[in-house]
Amino acid sequence: MSIPDACPQKQITWREWLTTDTPASRRQARLSVWYHSWLAFRSNLMAMFGLTILLALVLIGLFAPILAPQDPFAQDLAARLSAPGVNGYMFGSDSLGRDILSRLIYGSRITLYIVSLVALMAPVAGLFVGTAAGYLGGWVDVVLMRITDIFLAFPRLVLALAFVSALGAGIENAVLAIVLTAWPPYARIARAETLTIRNADFIHAIKLQGAGTLRVITRHIWPLCISSLVVRVTLDMAGIILVAAGLGFLGLGAQPPSPEWGAMISDGRRFILDHWWVATMPGLAIFIVSLAFNLLGDGLRDVLDPKKSSQ
Amino acid sequence: MATDNTLHKKRRKRSLPLWVKGISNTVFTVAITMVGLLFVTFIIGRVMPIDPVLSIVGESASRATYDAAYQELGLDKPLFLQFFLFLWDIAHGDFGESLLTARPVGQDLIRVFPATLELATVGTIIGVLLGVPLGVIAAVKRGSWIDHVARVVALIGYSMPVFWIGLIGLLIFYGILGWIGGPGRLDIFYVDTIPSVTGMILIDSLLAGDIEIFKNAISHIVLPAGLLAYYSLAYISRMTRSFMLEQLDQEYIITARVKGLPESTVIWRHALGNVKVPLVTVIALSYAGLLEGSVLTETIFAWPGIGSYITTALLSADMNAVLGGTVVVGLVFVCLNIFSDLLYKYFDPRAK
Repeated sequence: MSIPDACPQKQITWREWLTTDTPASRRQARLSVWYHSWLAFRSNLMAMFGLTILLALVLIGLFAPILAPQDPFAQDLAARLSAPGVNGYMFGSDSLGRDILSRLIYGSRITLYIVSLVALMAPVAGLFVGTAAGYLGGWVDVVLMRITDIFLAFPRLVLALAFVSALGAGIENAVLAIVLTAWPPYARIARAETLTIRNADFIHAIKLQGAGTLRVITRHIWPLCISSLVVRVTLDMAGIILVAAGLGFLGLGAQPPSPEWGAMISDGRRFILDHWWVATMPGLAIFIVSLAFNLLGDGLRDVLDPKKSSQ
Repeated sequence: MATDNTLHKKRRKRSLPLWVKGISNTVFTVAITMVGLLFVTFIIGRVMPIDPVLSIVGESASRATYDAAYQELGLDKPLFLQFFLFLWDIAHGDFGESLLTARPVGQDLIRVFPATLELATVGTIIGVLLGVPLGVIAAVKRGSWIDHVARVVALIGYSMPVFWIGLIGLLIFYGILGWIGGPGRLDIFYVDTIPSVTGMILIDSLLAGDIEIFKNAISHIVLPAGLLAYYSLAYISRMTRSFMLEQLDQEYIITARVKGLPESTVIWRHALGNVKVPLVTVIALSYAGLLEGSVLTETIFAWPGIGSYITTALLSADMNAVLGGTVVVGLVFVCLNIFSDLLYKYFDPRAK
């Protein structure tokens, strides 16, 4: 019994195990689905390009102290506003003689910090509101969706501006303001998904088994909402980076001397006509990262949500 | 014929109450949304770390003066009563006084709003004129180079920080090439030389018959409006493309082609004719988006509109001005959203 079983198992490669038509366990079936999604995703060149950039960004953020040629805060007033390549500054230096390249490298940490905080908080808030509204229905639905509509009615940047002005400038408050303006679309999506799932047979079956509302929502509805939320979050990340940079640019986000990219553009603004690199370099960084998120989001949508991929 | 007519009448009679119901429903939704919007603004105003009394009476005011101002502002009253007073004031166009300009915020907003409106309108017009054809062609020639170009154009539009590309644009077209006017709406020696009728310089200069000023205004508006147009183009062309793809798959398109209609009629009249309604709603949304996008654009181009009004007020902690500006932008946003909703309901029989 054990010998004929052991032999083929040894020859099976990971690839065969993952692509089998007859999975032996639930875990294998699930991993197989993921593997196929990954294969589909991998064939999308632009999405892979986006993923590569973002991985690079994470690595740059992680190893910033090793990668940065200089201290991002060290000033050298004698060499202020050096052009790229002059005085050993690859991307030039800013108005206080700080190395722009090093500041960009350290700034990636701030960008990652903002992005991950918003990506954690906003969809979760939306998930709570949306599934509660969709599953419970009735007046809970009416009240929650009205509140969602009110927040959706505000233009995002203007509302974020008003929130930051109320909370005070700073990076945490900027994140909070962005989250407060970013959750409504997720609530809408989660609610729509919940409505389609709510009356499915398997939900009735679970309820007959005695599952309470909380269990149905957290164990059976949430997992099914995740994939459409992930796509939306990835696509939104570009916009979130732009809003965060905009707040930084207006002086309401990260405060100096923090090397936040939006604030760096704001610093370079005064010199744009004579010293173009001070504002150009951080702008390029923002552009590349949000482009990467857009490419990745498009690719994920193609894989996870083929219905909408033609749009 | 006769039966047809009676049928028609019957249907009309029955649908009228429904329509009325729809309207009253919409009015209710709008009212709730607007009150909610004002409530959020009100709360923001209350949690601001700035003492509204101190900012009026000054640091060195006596206790009695402070208390008098405190009462005059109604801050001693319960919160919900304060909110109703706030609603009452706004319903009468009273947003309080701006600390920065020492004038009623309402007047300030009336003064700055046309500049934003002008910018966003010119941007939307350019965006529609270029974006719709681009989207249509991208859909018709799906997978061709022009489709890819349209995709890249949209991707760049979604990824570029507007304040950065505005700076680069100023550097290239104003600083290096000198093709356009710099920041502001007019060259400094033209400012306030024509009577302000609509507040929109392009129109005012034509009304005054001053072509020189009109040309100058064009040279100033072309870059900021062009940038906003690019963002609107990115969105509109994407949406047009997906609407068109949906239509081109339909059987009536095949029928039209089989009938021998020229391809241009099939595409531009039949297919585009059917996407007109969703397209108009998209354009309304993009217009609303440009009003928001103008906040950062105006800051870059020193454009004296509502965006720079809000940001300047923000940086000098001018609370009334910030809240007034937020309320106005929010209300315009809501109105445009509702307008596009109504348009959709009115023109698309399926939505009824």
